[in-house]
Amino acid sequence: MASHLFCGRVNLNILREAARKDLREFLDKCSGSKAIVWDEYLTGPFGLIAQYSLLKEHEVEKMFTLKGGRIPSAAVKNIVFFVRPRLELMDIIAENVASEDKLKPREFHILFVPRRSLLCEQRLKEKGVLNSFTNIDEYILDLIPYDGDLLSMESESSFRVRQSLNECYLENDQTSLYHAAKGLMTLQALYGTIPQIFAFHVANMMLRMKREFAGSHTQILPVFDTLLLLDRNVDLLTPLATQLTYEGLIDEIYGITNGYVKLPPEKFAQKKQGEGGKDLPTEPKKLQLNSAEELYAEIRDKNFNAVGAALSKKAKIISAAFEERHNAKTVGEIKQFVSQLPHMQAARGSLANHTSIAELIKDITISEDFFDSLTVEQEFMTGVDTDKVSTYIEDCIAQKDPLIKILRLVCMQSVCNNGLKQKVLDYYKKEILQTYGYKHILTLKNLEKVGLLKPQSTMRNNYPTIRKTLKLWMEDANEQNPNDISYVYSGYAPLSVRLTQVLARPGWRSIEEVLKILPGPHFEERQQVPTGLHKKRQPGENRTTLVFFLGGVTYAEIAALRFLSHMEDSGTEYIIATTKLINGTSWIKSLMDNPEENLP
Amino acid sequence: FVAYRGQTELLGPLRKIELYEMGWNLKDGLRECLVAAAPYGGPIALLKGHYRRSPSARPQLEIYSSSGLPLASFPWKSGVVKQLGWTVSDDLLCVQEDGTVLVYDLWGGFKRHFSMGNEVSQSQVLETKIFHSPYGTGVAILTGALRFTLATNIDDIKLRRLPEVPGLQEAPSCWAVLTQDRQSKVLVANGSQLFILDNTACTPVTPPGLSPQASSIVHMCVSFSYKYLALLTDSGHVWMGTSNLKEKLSEVDTKIKTPPKQMAWCRRPKSQQPSAVVMWDGLLIVVGECKETIQYHLDDDSVLVPELDGVRIISGTHHELLQEVPGACEEIFKIASMAPGALLLEAHKEYEKESQKADEYLREIKEQSLLSEAVRQCVEAAGHEHEPETQKTLLRAASFGKCFLSNFPPEQFVSMCRDLRVLNAVRDYTVGIPLTHTQFKQMTVQVLIDRLVYRKLYPLAIEVCRYLKTPEYQGVSRVLKHWACYKVQQKEESDEVIAKAVSVKLADAAGISYSEIATKAYESGRTELAIKLLEFEPRSGEQVPLLLKMKKSPLALSKAIESGDTDLVYTVVMYLKNELNRGDFFMMLRNQPVALSLYKQFCKHQEQDTLKDLFNQDDDHEELGNFYVKASYKDQRLEARVALLQSAVDEYYKAKNDFSAKTTEDEMRLLRFQRKLEEEKDEQLVGFSLQDTMTTLLSVGLHKHAEQLYKDFRVPDKRFWWLKLKALAEKEDWEELEKFGKTKKSPIGYLPFVEVCIKHHNKYEAKKYVSKVTPEQKVKAHLAVGDMEGAAEAAIERRNESEISTVLSRCSATTDHLLMERLNRAKATAVKK
Repeated sequence: MASHLFCGRVNLNILREAARKDLREFLDKCSGSKAIVWDEYLTGPFGLIAQYSLLKEHEVEKMFTLKGGRIPSAAVKNIVFFVRPRLELMDIIAENVASEDKLKPREFHILFVPRRSLLCEQRLKEKGVLNSFTNIDEYILDLIPYDGDLLSMESESSFRVRQSLNECYLENDQTSLYHAAKGLMTLQALYGTIPQIFAFHVANMMLRMKREFAGSHTQILPVFDTLLLLDRNVDLLTPLATQLTYEGLIDEIYGITNGYVKLPPEKFAQKKQGEGGKDLPTEPKKLQLNSAEELYAEIRDKNFNAVGAALSKKAKIISAAFEERHNAKTVGEIKQFVSQLPHMQAARGSLANHTSIAELIKDITISEDFFDSLTVEQEFMTGVDTDKVSTYIEDCIAQKDPLIKILRLVCMQSVCNNGLKQKVLDYYKKEILQTYGYKHILTLKNLEKVGLLKPQSTMRNNYPTIRKTLKLWMEDANEQNPNDISYVYSGYAPLSVRLTQVLARPGWRSIEEVLKILPGPHFEERQQVPTGLHKKRQPGENRTTLVFFLGGVTYAEIAALRFLSHMEDSGTEYIIATTKLINGTSWIKSLMDNPEENLP
Repeated sequence: FVAYRGQTELLGPLRKIELYEMGWNLKDGLRECLVAAAPYGGPIALLKGHYRRSPSARPQLEIYSSSGLPLASFPWKSGVVKQLGWTVSDDLLCVQEDGTVLVYDLWGGFKRHFSMGNEVSQSQVLETKIFHSPYGTGVAILTGALRFTLATNIDDIKLRRLPEVPGLQEAPSCWAVLTQDRQSKVLVANGSQLFILDNTACTPVTPPGLSPQASSIVHMCVSFSYKYLALLTDSGHVWMGTSNLKEKLSEVDTKIKTPPKQMAWCRRPKSQQPSAVVMWDGLLIVVGECKETIQYHLDDDSVLVPELDGVRIISGTHHELLQEVPGACEEIFKIASMAPGALLLEAHKEYEKESQKADEYLREIKEQSLLSEAVRQCVEAAGHEHEPETQKTLLRAASFGKCFLSNFPPEQFVSMCRDLRVLNAVRDYTVGIPLTHTQFKQMTVQVLIDRLVYRKLYPLAIEVCRYLKTPEYQGVSRVLKHWACYKVQQKEESDEVIAKAVSVKLADAAGISYSEIATKAYESGRTELAIKLLEFEPRSGEQVPLLLKMKKSPLALSKAIESGDTDLVYTVVMYLKNELNRGDFFMMLRNQPVALSLYKQFCKHQEQDTLKDLFNQDDDHEELGNFYVKASYKDQRLEARVALLQSAVDEYYKAKNDFSAKTTEDEMRLLRFQRKLEEEKDEQLVGFSLQDTMTTLLSVGLHKHAEQLYKDFRVPDKRFWWLKLKALAEKEDWEELEKFGKTKKSPIGYLPFVEVCIKHHNKYEAKKYVSKVTPEQKVKAHLAVGDMEGAAEAAIERRNESEISTVLSRCSATTDHLLMERLNRAKATAVKK
C-alpha cells in the first residue's frame, strides 16, 4: 500500500507508520462505534496516511463532512471531529453539538490536526460546549510522506489557504515556521539528530530550533548528514517559470493535489468493441501519481520533450513481452508467461494512461500560445529587455488572458530585473486594473509586499551577476540526455537547486560574492550528536541531505534534486521536505485577495 | 552445609540474614506500637502510645529508615488512627477511625487528606488494610456496619462499596484483599465459610481439600504476587494453595491453636516450594511442603514485612531477612557439593594458596564442559549474598574461571559488579535501604533513584546515575531537578543565592525543566525567585502558563512570541484583552509587533471594527485605505460604496500613495459612470471592469460612450484597438470594422485584423487587410487566409529560410507541386547566402 515510501535512501514509511500508530491509538481511546466528522481540507492529507479500511478496523462506521446545523443521524456511540484549529470551525462544531438530540446523546471527541489550540478550546468554552467533549487531543501531522524522497506539510495559514512564505511576509505570522520546526523535531526523533545544518534567511527559526532540540537527544544513529533550510524568498524566480518536466507540466496544466490528478475523461474512454464510442465518461479521470508506478517513476522527471521517446521505447518492450507467448511451447514456459501476466497488464495499463496524458499535454505544448509565452519567459530569464514594457504581456492583457498568467509574467520580469522602473510598473498595474477590475488592487499590493513586484530602487540590477556566477542559464541544455539540472526548465537551472548543488560541492565559500547579494543572511550550525552515534561512512557511501523548502517547492525543483541524487559523481542523495507543493499558478493564487469573496 | 559466617543463619532450606542492628532506641520495643514498614526495604512508621487512649498523652508518630535512623517524629494531634501504611511512592497513609486518610511524606510533612466516604465516616472504621496493585496503592475498609469499602488507587479515588456478606453478624474472623482479573477483590472468612467479594457479587468459595477438623478460619494471608493464599484454621492447620482456590499445595499442622499475631508468605519468585511464616508471641513457625515445621524463637515483639523474595522480621533491636536459600547459593555452599560453581570456588581458593589442586578442580569442571555454567553460578550467587566479602570471593572465583573461557560474554559479570556496588551503597546503615538483588531488578533503577531522591540523598542518587550510566534526562537531570525543587523551598536563603546555586548546579545538565522548578518556587510563595528561575528555561513556551498565573502578562507575552507558537501568543493576547482596558491593551500590543500583527489577523476575520481602530491608532493610512476598499465591496448600495472609496482615497493620499489614490478615484468615476448609464440605457454594467464595460458598450452599439471612457481613462491605443477590433468582429459589423481600420494607422498592425476575421470565418473580409500587413508578418497573413501563392511570394521575396520552410510545410504535395519546386529552389539559395 505504501511501497513507494520504501524505495528511497531513507525509509519514509517509518514516518507513516508512526502517524498510523498515533491515529489508531486515538481511535481506540474513543471506544465503541464512531462516526468521523471531517474538516474537508484534511481528507486529502489523511488519505496519504490511512485508507478507510484502517478507520473501519477501529469501528469507524460513518463519515460526514463538517457543516453547520445538526450532524446526520447515525447509530454510533461516538462522534469524532477531525479538524484544523480554526475558530470558524469551532463555531460550526459548537452548532453541531448544541443541536444534538438531547434524548440520545452521543459522546463527542475532537482531534486537532496538526496541533491542539488553546485559542480554539477557549472559543468552545465561550460557546458553552467544551465540557461536552470526552477527549480533546492533537494529531501531530506535520510532514506527510508523499513519496520515497518527498515530505510535505501541505500547510495553510491560520485563517485561509496560504502557505508559509506568504503568510509569513504578508501577515507576519510565523505559524508555519513553528510547525516546520516542530516537524523537524518529529523527524529527528525518528531519524536521529542531524549533525549539520545550513540555513538561508531563516535565522529566527534556526535559533529557536537549537533551543528546542537541546536536551532531547535521541539515541538513534543519524540518518541525515545535513539539513539545508531554504526559504522561498531566496529564490522567487523558479516557481514563476513554467515547469517543463512531465510531472511539472501535469501539475501546471491540471494541478496535482495530494498525489492525485484529475484529467479530462475523453482520452481515457475504454474502447470496447461494438459500443463505438458512445457513453463517454463525464466524470474526470482521477489518477494517483507516485513512484510506486514503475513507468511513472521512470518518466516523471524527464523533460517533456524526452517523454515521447521513453513511452515508445516502453511500448516496444511491452509488446515484445506479450509476443513471448508465441514462443512459449512447454507447459512450464506457458505457466511462467501466465505468472507474469498481471504485471505486464498493469504495465500496459500504465502505458496507456501515460500515453493519453502525454497527448493531452502535447496538445497544449505545441500551441502557439504556449510557445510564445515560454519564449518571453526565457527572454526574461536571460535578461532580454527586462526593463521595458513587454509587448507580449501587453497583448495578453488586451486579449484578457487569464489574470494569473499575466501576474506570473509580470512578477517574473520584475524578479529578473531586480524590480521594475516605476513607470513600467505603474503601466502594468494600470493595465491590469482597467482590464481585470479595480478590485485586484489588493492583490497587487500583496505581490508588492512579498517582493514579487517591486519598483526598482537605485541599486543596480544584480540578477545578471547571480545568473552568471551560478550558471542559471545553460544555452545548450540537453533535454534527452541531461547533464545538468537546467534541463528541467529547458535552459534555466533553478536557483534553489543550484545553491544546493554548490553547497555539496565545492561549498558556499566559492560563491561568497553571490551570497552577499541574495536576500537574508546564511548560517551554518552544528548539532551535538551523542557520543557513539557518529556515523562512520563506508568508502563510496553517499551523504544524505535533507533539503527543506520553506514556502513551497515545485515538481521541477524536485526533479532537479533527484537528478543530482542520481548523478554518478554527486556523492550526495537528497530527501526533500517542504511546507507545500506549489507551482506558479497555485502560488500566485494563494497571494490573491478578492474582496468580493465571502460576501455575506 | 558449609557454615555461613557471621550474621547469616541457616534454618533448613531457609536462611536468615541479619540486615541491621536497629539504630533506634525504643524503650519498650515495638510493644503497644502501631507499626507499618514499606516493602522493598522502605521506611518504618511507628505510632507509639496509640493504645493508651488518654487525652493527656498524645501518641507520638515516628518515622525511621529500615536501619532505624530517625527521619521524623511528631505528636499525633488528629483523630484515632486505625491503621498505618505506605504507598508505592513512599508516602505514609494514616487511616483514622472516621474514614479520613491523612497523607504524609517520609519526612513527616503533611501532604493532603481524603475521605473514604460518608458511609464510612458514619459507621466508623472497624478494620482497614492498605494494599498495592499494578494500579497503585489502595485502601480497603471494613466498617462498623460490616460492609467493605474500597479504593484501588488513592491518587485517583473511585470509592467502591462491595456487596453485603450474607450471614455476617459480627466482624469476620479474618479477611484479605487480592488483585485478580485486573480487579481488586476482598476474600473474607466468616467462621468456616469463605466468600469472595467483587464489585457486583458475593460468591461463596471452598478451598479444595481444607482439613475437615477446622470449624473456623482464623487467619489468612496472600502472597506478594497475589498468586498464593494461606489459611490458618482454629485447629492449627495451615492450608496453602493458589489464590484462585483451584489448587491446594499443602497443608501442615502447626499444633498450636491460639490465634497468631501475623502470618506471611515467604517464597521466592519461581520457587517450587510453598512456605509461609506464622508468628505468635515469641515464636515463629515456618511451614512448607513437608509435615515438619521449622521453629524459631523470637526474643522480642516483632513485625513481619512480606517481600517479593522473603520476609523481613523487625524487632525492637534487630532487622532480619528470612528467605529461601537461592538456588545458586545452595549449589555452591552445600556441604560436599560437586556443583560446577562449588568446584570453581574451590579451584580459586587453591589457586590463591598457590596449590596445584586448583588445576585438578578446574580440569574436573572443564572435562564436563561446565566452566561457563560454573562462572554463571558464582556470579549469580554473588548477587544473592549480602556480605561484601562473600560477594568478592564469589566474583573473584568467577573472574578466575572466565580466564579459561574464550568468548564468554562479559555483560552478566560486569552488570552484576555494578549492581552490587549500588546495592551495597544503599544497604549501608546510613542509607538504610536493604534491597535484595531480586527486589532491585524488580523495582528498577528508576524507582531506586526516585527513592533516594525522596530521602534527599541527592549526591548518592547522582553517583548511582553516573555509575550505572543512566541516560542523562532520566538520571542526573531528573535528580538535579528534584534537588532544585527542594532547594527553592528553603526559606532561609535569599532569592539570588538560590537562583545562582540552582543555575550553577544545573548548567550542564540536559533536558531540565526550569518551569517545573519555578512552579515549585511560586507555590512556596516566591514569585521573584520563580521569575529568576524561568529565565533559565530554554523553551520559552514552557514559561508562559506560569507567567500568566503569576500575573506577569507582559513577560508572558514576550516569551510566547519568542516561542514562535502562534497559538500560545493568541492565548496570551486574548487573556490580556480580557484583563486590561482597551487603551492599555492596545498600548501593550503596540510594543509587540508580532502580537499586534497576529491580533490584526484575528480581527480581520472576527472583529472588523477593532481592526480599524488598530490601524487608526498606528496612523497606518495605507492599511486603512485597503480596509475601506475591502469594505466597499461588502456594501450593495452605490452611494455607500462610493463614500467608502472616498475614505480610501483620503487615506491613500495621507499615506502618500498617489497611485492607489488615483486608481481608487478612477474606480469611483467608473462606478458613477456605470450607474448613470445603467439608468439611461438599461444595461447591466456595475461591477464590470473598465475593459468589460467598454466591450459591452461597443457590443450594444454605444460607440460614443466607449470612446468617452477610452479618452477619460487614458486607455492605451493598442488595447483599445484590440478591444474594438474584437468587439466589432464579434458583432460581425464588418462595415464598421473597415471604417475603424481606416481611421488611422493601426497601433497593433493589421495582422490581428486578418486573424480576427478568420477566427470569425470571414475570409473575404480578412483578405482586405492582408496587403496592409507589415512585410515581417506578410507570410503569416497570407497563410492565415489560405493564400499559398501569396505566402510563397512573400517568403521568397524576403529570402527567409525559416519562413520558406513554414510555407513548404503547409503545401500539399498533390496540388502545390510547382509552388514547392520554386520554394525549394529559393530555400537552397537562401541557405547558401
